[in-house]
Amino acid sequence: MADLADTSFSGRALRRRTFLRVASATAASSALVLAGCGNDDDDPTPVPNGSTGTLVLAGNDTGILNLTYLLAQIQASLYQKVVTTPPADFTAADTAAFVDMRDHEVIYREFYKSVLGTSAYDNGLTTALEFNFTTYTLTTRKGAYEAARTLEDLAVGAYNGLGRRLANSSYLRLLLKITSVKARHAAFVRDQAEPNSFAGPDVISSTGNQAGLDTIKTPVEVAKLLAPLVPVVLVADNLMTL
Amino acid sequence: MNILRIIEQLSEVDADVLGRFDSRRAVFKSLGNTAKMGALAAAPVFVSSLFSKAYGQTTTPSVVEVLNYALTLELLEEDFYKKMTAAGRVPAGAAAGAIATILKHETAHVKLLSDTIRALNGTPVTNVKFKTSAFPADYPTQLVVAQALEDTGVRAYKGQAGNLLGKMAGTTSLLQVALQIHSVEARHAAHIRGMRMQPAWIPASDSNLPAPLGPVYTGAIREDNVIQSNVNITSQLGTPYSANDAAASFDEILTMAEVLDASRAGGLVQG
Repeated sequence: MADLADTSFSGRALRRRTFLRVASATAASSALVLAGCGNDDDDPTPVPNGSTGTLVLAGNDTGILNLTYLLAQIQASLYQKVVTTPPADFTAADTAAFVDMRDHEVIYREFYKSVLGTSAYDNGLTTALEFNFTTYTLTTRKGAYEAARTLEDLAVGAYNGLGRRLANSSYLRLLLKITSVKARHAAFVRDQAEPNSFAGPDVISSTGNQAGLDTIKTPVEVAKLLAPLVPVVLVADNLMTL
Repeated sequence: MNILRIIEQLSEVDADVLGRFDSRRAVFKSLGNTAKMGALAAAPVFVSSLFSKAYGQTTTPSVVEVLNYALTLELLEEDFYKKMTAAGRVPAGAAAGAIATILKHETAHVKLLSDTIRALNGTPVTNVKFKTSAFPADYPTQLVVAQALEDTGVRAYKGQAGNLLGKMAGTTSLLQVALQIHSVEARHAAHIRGMRMQPAWIPASDSNLPAPLGPVYTGAIREDNVIQSNVNITSQLGTPYSANDAAASFDEILTMAEVLDASRAGGLVQG
């Protein structure tokens, strides 16, 4: 396990509501959040979920792992929601598949949390972030698979874009062990949403210099795509320089 | 001193660590003899020389070597799907459509890797064919081989990623391109597994299948592995998880030597 001590990421970037409101109104909010939150031990009450904080990912391996941690939290939460209240037209096989994928994502979430330790962005928060899935239709089989498809394809693109930004090769190895399982999830849910679309031209280019290659999403693109789902402003700019 | 633990940890960083030791069984043997003789104090010295031999004499494969290895696998896959199409046993409709899509991707990978190797002033391998005598006559067994090839591809790319970290061809990150192929292979594997009514992800039990599939899921780090970065996923994450979930949620690497072994893809290449 690599040393995470080199990080400048503040696990308490989601602290006090008032502070964050000021910070998010400031152009240099990321610097302020990091600089300002390091020293607020006088008020250790974490922000409850639903707040409008800013989460700034650090420009290093810790920032990358916090992004994959957040993705795992979101995906675990989505699958859990569907497993808890399955669509009326879900078959037993559909439920079994969602339980499997839920379990995988929960394992990723807990694994990243364990790897990050006190560097996890939500370390110290008493309540986990709650994600907003209202843009998806989770009451039908088709809608549930389409939501899963959106997030799994996004995760594959995100992981493919993050690999080369990692400094530590053991993290690279770990990310890749997960990437291919996410690609398996993606292919499976795509096939369920639309038969034979496991590697359709919307994710694997048919022509040009990207022919036969899977999607890449930059960290900023990922943050933008996740924005409607997360109750905080996600800033991934620091990862772009890696 | 737990040498196996050390090697396991090293394998997290260096996919080929076991390959490095493999040709040096004698060193292991002498290490064992030393321990038996009770000369435990000398063990660390042996361990240290073991590692300096493994890492001192074996050079990391060059970028072109890694790309040619990937190209070999892609050519093997491409030829297999060409043979599969030509054999005419694939049912028309969805199945034929899926095989056509996969073949198209493998052809694109062959072209991309060949072009990249040339751009790096290397010579791309050519004329890699799927062994005629190993090509199955019936469609269900053809799908078994397809699954073996795709899941091997996923593990093979994963095993070489470390060798491509930071490597460029002009302004293109070779690691990034390899990752973009790696996840396509995983999508193929998931779909082929589905065509065989298998789960898209690899259950722990696959590591105990008979050949030709079983060896695809074994190796120094088997697909039923439940330990990641010294964390036992089944028992050390707060809540217990099943061995099957722990194994399926992480895919594992194969080293170059393992992939090219006669029990795996190496045995499917026309000699």
